[in-house]
Amino acid sequence: MNDLAPLRDEALSAKDDRPVKLLCKDVWKVFGEGAAAFMAKHNGAPTEEEIAKAKLIGAVRHASLEVKRGENFIVMGLSGSGKSTLVRCLSRLIEPTWGSVELDGIDLLKASPQALIEIRRHRMGMVFQHFALLPHLTVLDNIAFPLSVQGVDRKTREERARKVIDLVGLNGREQFYPRELSGGQQQRVGIARSLAVEPEIWFLDEPFSALDPLIRREMQSELLRLQSVLKKTIIFITHDFDEAIRLADRVAIMKDGQIIQIGTPEELVLHPATDYVAEFTRDVQRAKVMSAARLMRPQLSSIEYGGTIKATDKIASFAARIVGVRKNFLVTSAEGKPLGEVVPDDVIDLLADRDQLREVRA
Amino acid sequence: MSIADSAAPARIPSVSTPTLIWAAALAITAILYVAPNVAPWAAKYPSSAIIPIADWISALMAWLKSNFTWLTRGITDIFNVPLQWAINLLAKGWKYGYGPTAFVFPRLSWVGVCAAFAIAGFAFGGWRLASVAAACMIYVALFGQWESAMLTLALIAISVPLCIVFGAAFGVLAFRKPWVDRAIIEPMLDLMQTMPTFAYLIPMLLLFGNSPVSGMLATAIFAMPPMVRATVLALKRVPHEIDDFGEMVGCTARQKLLRVLLPSGRATMMIGVNQVIMLALNMVIISSMIGAGGLGYDVLLALRALKIGQGMEAGLAIVALAIVLDRLSQAAARQRPAPHVHDLNFVQRNPMLTLAVAILIVTTALSFFVPAFATVPAAIKISTAPWWKATVDWINIHFFDAIEAFRTFLLLYILNPIRDFLVAFPWFGMVLLVGVAAYRLSGARLAVITVLMTLFCAVTGLWEKSMATLYLCGVSALIAALLGIPLGIAASRSDRFAAIMTPILDTLQTLPSFCFIIPVVMLFRVGDVTAMIATVLFAIVPAIRYTNHGIRQIPENLIEAATVSGCTPRQMFWRVQLPLALPEIMLGINQTVLLALSMIIICAMIGTRDLGQEVFIALAKADAGRGLTAGFAIAFIGIVADRLLRASTDRLQSRLGLT
Ligand SMILES: Nc1ncnc2c1ncn2[C@@H]1O[C@H](COP(=O)(O)OP(=O)(O)O)[C@@H](O)[C@H]1O
Ligand SMILES: [Mg+2]
Repeated sequence: MNDLAPLRDEALSAKDDRPVKLLCKDVWKVFGEGAAAFMAKHNGAPTEEEIAKAKLIGAVRHASLEVKRGENFIVMGLSGSGKSTLVRCLSRLIEPTWGSVELDGIDLLKASPQALIEIRRHRMGMVFQHFALLPHLTVLDNIAFPLSVQGVDRKTREERARKVIDLVGLNGREQFYPRELSGGQQQRVGIARSLAVEPEIWFLDEPFSALDPLIRREMQSELLRLQSVLKKTIIFITHDFDEAIRLADRVAIMKDGQIIQIGTPEELVLHPATDYVAEFTRDVQRAKVMSAARLMRPQLSSIEYGGTIKATDKIASFAARIVGVRKNFLVTSAEGKPLGEVVPDDVIDLLADRDQLREVRA
Repeated sequence: MSIADSAAPARIPSVSTPTLIWAAALAITAILYVAPNVAPWAAKYPSSAIIPIADWISALMAWLKSNFTWLTRGITDIFNVPLQWAINLLAKGWKYGYGPTAFVFPRLSWVGVCAAFAIAGFAFGGWRLASVAAACMIYVALFGQWESAMLTLALIAISVPLCIVFGAAFGVLAFRKPWVDRAIIEPMLDLMQTMPTFAYLIPMLLLFGNSPVSGMLATAIFAMPPMVRATVLALKRVPHEIDDFGEMVGCTARQKLLRVLLPSGRATMMIGVNQVIMLALNMVIISSMIGAGGLGYDVLLALRALKIGQGMEAGLAIVALAIVLDRLSQAAARQRPAPHVHDLNFVQRNPMLTLAVAILIVTTALSFFVPAFATVPAAIKISTAPWWKATVDWINIHFFDAIEAFRTFLLLYILNPIRDFLVAFPWFGMVLLVGVAAYRLSGARLAVITVLMTLFCAVTGLWEKSMATLYLCGVSALIAALLGIPLGIAASRSDRFAAIMTPILDTLQTLPSFCFIIPVVMLFRVGDVTAMIATVLFAIVPAIRYTNHGIRQIPENLIEAATVSGCTPRQMFWRVQLPLALPEIMLGINQTVLLALSMIIICAMIGTRDLGQEVFIALAKADAGRGLTAGFAIAFIGIVADRLLRASTDRLQSRLGLT
């Protein structure tokens, strides 16, 4: 069985060779009087005790991450864990106390106010938890607002606005005022507004947290649909782990201002770095995050297969089929090279949560 | 035995330092009061030590006047243009040429103006507001106050926009630069809001002369503070995310302010606008003393000649105007942008505005041919002056004895003794007591500020007059509180009573201070009693409002908890509701005191003998030093009272754990 490990690793670690869009190195945000001097004094690495003793608040501590172009990067953490502060450091809405943030290799923290305005106007979009719509403007004007700030003429900007209105399904509501819309619709406006400038990088700070659970699911699907078309670089904040694994390519988990683990949902579930992460992942349905490669057995060429799947396919995506036909499925790499096979019984075990043994074996 | 031992030290009253300090201060004051000869300088401020602040101010004003004539002239000329234009448009009409051949372009027809107000009422608040607006304006027209009212309106129409623009600008500055706010704007606003209205008039009179422009500028400055405050509040209240949004779409600082922050804070700013309008009305009326003319002038003339009927009529016209302006601006503040549809022209988008303008044009054009449109025809004018006079005569004939007895009783047994007590109060003792109180309530900072302000009253030689002000203001505020708090309690216990009180309080609050004097003068003639009664009426509203609100806002679960633990209604009231509502009630009292102070000053017109009179005389003599010094003294009394009351409220609140 050991001979399978390299194959599995190859299939899973399918090298993400997309270029890095946003790079954040050792970012700190310390609130309080004299925070900058304090950080300099401790050489950018104060301990928790030192921060507490100086009566400062370490809202973000020692955060490093890199987001690839087109990636769905989720930052997850409980309320007060510093997510909003982190994302505001990334967009430089607040100045980090320490560290560096690079967008396409350009240091954001060194950008002049003018340059920053240009970057924000054309390359960044942001969606807010409480929508942050302008109460005195109609839906159309709200969505066209970022363009009007840039000085785009009325005709062009309304044309563009109508296009994104189409995209988020708000047709017919152009002349409504925000207060006349439901929460879900308001957030659609927020999304449309942030997309109107066709940003490269898209920050969403708990965009669905203020919505009802049903609407929230609908909006998540909507976001996935949009992303499949738009392929933006997404940095999405949430306190809901289910939301995180549903939307994520990768998740960063934050606690008390620190990032304690970054990984794909699968990695988080299978190899939680700390008990804290394990606590979150405990109730996750494994079939939803685990890929076929994890259940793969060596190929027995004599058997007739019930179907073919990719090594990176989530088990939940074919579980019903394989249990239905009760035949082994062939697992191939992304290029179609056969790697191994998945046995229905293993899938049933997994669905019934009886896979602990196998994990140990692996 | 051991119990007795341990209890023994507790029984000896251990005197704490604060008690000692208080005792010492009180003892010193008492000694000074009883035996002023011990230290005569501390009992009565020696006239040789008076600091001639008044002379300095006069000298400064004279210097300003002689060196900046070009500036003041320029300002007068600039503001005169729109002001005269507005006055001509609303009140006077344009006249070209002289004598019988002169061509007169008429003012806006009164019919049209009434209609325009009604349409505005309809646009903002439906038929109800339309009829209120129309009724008030028609009242003004039929009762012969049209020209004066329009003159007043013209002054308001020019000073209010000025106020809004400058007020918003200062508000933005205060919001952007917190240190400017703390060091300059906030103290200025405090001073401006406690400075008596008359005191604004004197420098304006000196710099800009006896003209409507002076009145307009005084009004614009006087009415500005609420706009500054509302702007700061509005900007602070804009949700953080909206601020971030402005940044994220790459707004420049200017775009963010004008296109994101200010529009988002519109609702709060509109509350400021409403207050500006009401203050402006109040001030325009008082400005009539320096030649602004208008309704206030009519009241003033009538009061001087004791023509009760005319005074009452003009006063009621002010009331009508106040109600119209208040209701309209409040309704406008509540307005939300109407769903707008593109591809409509101006007329289609603003049908009401178009209609109003059309009616104004048509009626004004008609007034070329039909005199009834130009001026209110005498045939439909009504005068209630004789009626008012008859009523007052009747009351005086039938109730003279009773009223006179009441008046004398108040004067002899309440007002005069308190007055004598306070006027003889040693200044040093008062400074000491204020300092100790401030120190105990808040700390050294407040103690220093209040002591300096109290000292100001002494070193300027205004001590007796200050005490006279304190006496009238204090008595009135006390009576207002004694009447207002029970009324507030009653309102909090009965929704029906509250429903009856609300419109009355609304109206009382809307009325310019001037209006309170007239009816009281009719019954009690001039003097301290009249001043006191008018002040009580003017200042009682916050005492009632805050008490009612304070009791009503006590959380339901506390009441339930008290009920469950078996409180009788009586216990509930005394031990739960009243203590919990106390901080709020204190806030109300604070407001009552400040309102009382501002009203007492206006009562100088009916012959009080205090700082207000000092300002009033200075105004008549155009003596800036004297007037402004007295004005500052009044402002400082207000600020000291305000700070001490606020500090005790804070203490109360933190003791109740409500902060
Ligand atoms: N302006 C600020 N000043 C002081 N502390 C702050 C400030 N903003 C945030 N914090 C603190 O930083 C921590 C992280 O806040 P935040 O980033 O908003 O958390 P999250 O978005 O994860 O709920 C919190 O403890 C919060 O109290
Ligand atoms: Mg947050």
